[in-house]
Amino acid sequence: MNTVTIPSIHYLTILPVLLYFGAALVLLITSALWRRTVPMLFSTSVTVLTSVAVLVTTYFQWRGLDHAGASTTVAHAVVLDGFSVVASAVIAVSVGLAALVAHDWAVRENVRGPEYQILAMAASAGALLMTQANDLIVIFLGLEILSLGLYVLVALDRRKTESAEASLKYFVLGGFASAIFIYGAALLYGATGSTNLSTISYFLGSNVVLRPGLLVAGGALLLIGFAFKVAAVPFHMWSPDVYEGAPTPVTGFMASIVKVGAFAALVRVLISGLGTQLDTWRPILWVLVVLTTVVGAALALPQRNAKRLLAYSSINHAGFILIGVWAGTARGSAALLFYLMTYAPTVVATFAVLTVMGGLGDERHSLESYRGLARRQPWLGAALAVLLLSQLGAPLTAGFYAKYSVLAAAVDAGGSLLALIALLSAAIAASFYLRWTVVLYAEPDDELDAVRVVVPRATAIVIGAGVVLTLLFGVWPGPLVTLAQHATVYFLP
Amino acid sequence: MHSSLWLSALIVLPLLGALVAMAVRRTPDAAYRVAVGVGALEVVLTLVVAVLYKSNVAGAQGYDFLSRHVVSAPLGLAYDVALDGLSLLMVVLTALVLLLSLLGGRDKRREPAFVSWLLILTSLTMGSFVAHDVLEFFVFFELTLVPCYFIISGWGAKERTRAALKFFLYTFTASAFLLIGILYMGFAYQHQHPTAALTFAYGAMAATSMSHATAVWLFVAFAVAFGAKAPVWPLHTWSPLTYAEAPTAGSIELSALLAKLGSYGLLRFAVGLLPLAQVSVRPYVLTLAVIGILYGSVLACVAADLKRFVAYSSLAQMSFITLGIMSGSTIGVTGAVLLMFNHGIITIGFFLIIGFLERRRASIQIADFAGLQGPAPVMAGLFTVAMLASIGLPGLSGFVSEYLILIGTFTTHAWWSAVAALGVLASAVYLLWAYQRVFHGRALGANATVTDASAGERWVLAPVVVLIVLLGVFPQPVLNRITPSVHTLVTQVATASVIK
Repeated sequence: MNTVTIPSIHYLTILPVLLYFGAALVLLITSALWRRTVPMLFSTSVTVLTSVAVLVTTYFQWRGLDHAGASTTVAHAVVLDGFSVVASAVIAVSVGLAALVAHDWAVRENVRGPEYQILAMAASAGALLMTQANDLIVIFLGLEILSLGLYVLVALDRRKTESAEASLKYFVLGGFASAIFIYGAALLYGATGSTNLSTISYFLGSNVVLRPGLLVAGGALLLIGFAFKVAAVPFHMWSPDVYEGAPTPVTGFMASIVKVGAFAALVRVLISGLGTQLDTWRPILWVLVVLTTVVGAALALPQRNAKRLLAYSSINHAGFILIGVWAGTARGSAALLFYLMTYAPTVVATFAVLTVMGGLGDERHSLESYRGLARRQPWLGAALAVLLLSQLGAPLTAGFYAKYSVLAAAVDAGGSLLALIALLSAAIAASFYLRWTVVLYAEPDDELDAVRVVVPRATAIVIGAGVVLTLLFGVWPGPLVTLAQHATVYFLP
Repeated sequence: MHSSLWLSALIVLPLLGALVAMAVRRTPDAAYRVAVGVGALEVVLTLVVAVLYKSNVAGAQGYDFLSRHVVSAPLGLAYDVALDGLSLLMVVLTALVLLLSLLGGRDKRREPAFVSWLLILTSLTMGSFVAHDVLEFFVFFELTLVPCYFIISGWGAKERTRAALKFFLYTFTASAFLLIGILYMGFAYQHQHPTAALTFAYGAMAATSMSHATAVWLFVAFAVAFGAKAPVWPLHTWSPLTYAEAPTAGSIELSALLAKLGSYGLLRFAVGLLPLAQVSVRPYVLTLAVIGILYGSVLACVAADLKRFVAYSSLAQMSFITLGIMSGSTIGVTGAVLLMFNHGIITIGFFLIIGFLERRRASIQIADFAGLQGPAPVMAGLFTVAMLASIGLPGLSGFVSEYLILIGTFTTHAWWSAVAALGVLASAVYLLWAYQRVFHGRALGANATVTDASAGERWVLAPVVVLIVLLGVFPQPVLNRITPSVHTLVTQVATASVIK
């Protein structure tokens, strides 16, 4: 007689995931029962309120950590630690902001319906699961939930073939990457006898692996799966096309949330699971960082399309975030978390500006259409300039401290050369950010062509929030840095 | 010891000025008046600070106005200011450059934005000169790029976008080496003092022990960053284009002031923190400096326009400064610090006059000018004073500093000094020749109707001339203020060379 034992579940731990799933389900069912299309205002409010609820939950989780410390639940497959809590909070903020942008976009494009919000919340649940996963299977589950939602989101603009094309491309390559990932997980299971990261870590710490072929192969395949998700060179080919083809608010959603989820899981796998194999994976990451930062920055130079340019810029950023993983220290993980905290709102706000500038049909994305924007609309232009300068890493913006902290972690861990190469790639990147900024302030060529774009209220809030956060933490990074550091102290070993 | 609020005021005042200037942007001329007022106030403040400064505060090694506040412990970020003889001159120069470039380089296109950028730039430069924490210095140093970039690209000549980008990328790339070097030092210190929090305080960095090879690498990294800014040959290639394309006020800021950030950084951070390495790399950097002197002089002879002419002559002069800084003698370094100030003042004079000529003739091509001495005798006279000071005529400011540099270098590295002395000769050649082409001969066509310097223009140039003469005949009060700090610095280097 077989009995199924249900492991004990600590519900506060998985409450954020449940909230997003629950809200997505509620919205789905409501939209089926509602006589007509669900009003946009309703579905957007559900997403925003759920994000606020998740944010509040993470606050209580953080409070609990102070008393009880890090813990696991659902048979050690899900973790509650400082790292996961802060990463979840970042995701919640990004989802809420992105929902507002998507709302205005949907109104403008007349894509009525709750699809975006349902899919976005479901995908976010996947991303949250990735930040909390302590088991390769759970990571895979999170990854798939996140990706499946995104495949559909990318194709959301049904009237545009590019959107469908991007979705197909993303789907095929993403499926391929998932297969590689799960194969890597299988090999790792073969090598260590478990898919649980704590058990893997314990096994590797107490046994000498005489023939590490299986272990190395498994780890490498996992790394490739992650590299694909975060668009690290040479697994970045999909990202410019997908960024360009996807509806702009979806691109902003992808650029922020996927990065947070994937990097959080990557840190957990490499540091928490395979921490003992540091000497093996570090050289690989070294090469990956150099390729990602340099190629990302160099390929962005000839771009004339704002979305493609930001795609390559986000590849460059992925390289910088990888440096935090490479360091393999608490300082490195804290720096990575800090980078994600500052980068996610910045990038959502940047794509919010792009959404507005795209105009009806979401098509005006050439850099030329930005000529003289700051002359016509000083606030919008200045906001974009600040967001670009932050991505460039100019001091007094949050982006500077983000870059600074990962580089400091690298130098601390003996990677001065790596830090130097990455910083030189930032100098390459500076040239295209600056060129764009200059275009903003240049004299408009043709007054007839220069149309004032309408900035809807919700989008304006998002852009404003992004700029305020960027400047606030650029001048006063202390609290956020301390938070990131504490979060890493609570890291589950 | 005096309160550090004086220094903080120097940083904050221009920032407030920029805010006010933007706030009153709708009223015509109001922003400009605000900026000039702030500039004048800033000059007064720096003079007060200069008079208050005491070089013998107990246990402060020549520093005064010290204070340190940690902003973020995990990042090692602190607000830490102090002033010594080296910074003192630079601080005064910063305020003077702001006031004179505002008065003489007025640009009425989108004026509120223009003066705001100038004020912001001044605040950041002040911050760099009084920063007593290496990381804090880097933040200020790096931030100066932003206002510079917008001033050049927004108000420059035809090729402004390219010039601004080239300038930005050059300095940004070079400062990558600086940041990594700084981080390396900070963590070297922390690894030696595991219980201490991450810090980049100047004193802590100076106390970091490291192997000789490491120190040399760090010195090279610092020298690249500061050498690109100064500029030191062969990292100077951005400067002619940038100086030529920048608006008058921008050229003044860049050559009279921001170039000094490079030599100041070289002296304060490369030489001051890595005395051991300085001794080893000295012959190489001295050679580069001598090459720079000769190379700049030759190219100044063949420069086609006046701004490029000043750019190349600045290269030669800045190389003199590098020579003095690297000489390893108190006299040489004192001369270098003095020349940093004097060259700043003389360059303000040059660029102001060039700006005045450009207003009249809408050109800076040397070939377009001839015989201006006739229609504009006062302008010619003022140019002559700046020129003679730059050549190093005894009795004018340039003489004292160049003389000290050559003597100081001669005591430690005679051959380099001997070759560099040719540069003094060469400066006479290119300056007098340029003067001949622009001011001598017969004024024809548009040149004949050039008006002489107006009363306003004369008043702007008056402080320049006064300072040139004053520092030429009576440099002692200034020397008294810089010598103790220089002496502290050079003693370190001398001790290091004994150890070696």
